[in-house]
Amino acid sequence: MAWEFQNGVPIYRQIALRLETEIAAGKFEAGQQMPSVRDLAVEAGVNPNTMQRALALLETDGILFSVRTSGRFVTKEEMRLKDLRNQLAEEEIAALFGRLKAIGMTRQEIIGAISRWGDRVL
Amino acid sequence: MTILECRGLTKKFGKVTALDAIDLNLEAGRIVGLLGPNGSGKTTLIKLANGLISPDAGQVLIDGHEPGPETKAVTAYLPDKDFLPDYMNVEQLLGFYGDFFKDFDSERAMDMIRSLKLDPEQKLKAMSKGTREKIQLILTMARRAKVYLLDEPIAGVDPAARDYILRTIIGNYSQDALVLISTHLIADVENMLDEVIFLKTGHIELHENAEDLRERTGKDVDHLFREVYAC
Repeated sequence: MAWEFQNGVPIYRQIALRLETEIAAGKFEAGQQMPSVRDLAVEAGVNPNTMQRALALLETDGILFSVRTSGRFVTKEEMRLKDLRNQLAEEEIAALFGRLKAIGMTRQEIIGAISRWGDRVL
Repeated sequence: MTILECRGLTKKFGKVTALDAIDLNLEAGRIVGLLGPNGSGKTTLIKLANGLISPDAGQVLIDGHEPGPETKAVTAYLPDKDFLPDYMNVEQLLGFYGDFFKDFDSERAMDMIRSLKLDPEQKLKAMSKGTREKIQLILTMARRAKVYLLDEPIAGVDPAARDYILRTIIGNYSQDALVLISTHLIADVENMLDEVIFLKTGHIELHENAEDLRERTGKDVDHLFREVYAC
């Protein structure tokens, strides 16, 4: 199945976020070679130029690096990957806090609710 | 590099102006969606580019040439109707394409056909519509062409066949070629397009990079299409 995308947000940014999440989750490990642009484009059901743009963005951010003639690899710097994971987590938490505040919860209530949820499911 | 160019391209059918002085430059290395409702001029434009019909005014150039033997040698065309001899089986069709087109890569075609798990002896007329469309697309995409003109490649097939067809296009076009896909099924093709052209009653209503369009309008191409063509 082709990847699902949201309305009206440039696709390369949605692809970049999805690949960042997969890298953070270890689907692609530190130092591992990424599939080719064409293969990733076919998997996602998107234009190869769009996939190229998403990968270039991850390269600019230091998450991928390219080796001439042999392709792109996940950074070997574990610190960078740790930063990435923290950054993605922070974005999720910020979004969650925003939504909970919007329904009128206080900081105290939010932290309490998250802590109780964690005790129940983890 | 411009590979397909229209200058004041005009085509009339009797009193109806199907294309009205179209100017268009399309570059190699792009997948372009030629989008518009029925009757907007999509098929007319593609037929003109193939030299199947002649313009009343203006011209269309492929790689600098008017349609003719040189342009047909570098243009892979998928018509919107069945166009192959239906008494042929897959093997005969491969030979047929190999005879006609120097740039036909029969090994690549065979690889794609194998993935369909078809009986190579089966005749075209004994196949389902979806399978026939897949075979026609495979033959078209197995050419190492400079321009691919695909007229409604996904109309009338089920969603799974659609998915297969779109992946086959993405996975097989030469990266320095132009792929022009005409369709009214915007949502299905929009993620694979570099550029979109909206045709409306013989005019170009819009021609823009798809990502820029999403960024500029905050909408996807499908929604924008519904707005532009709202009745």
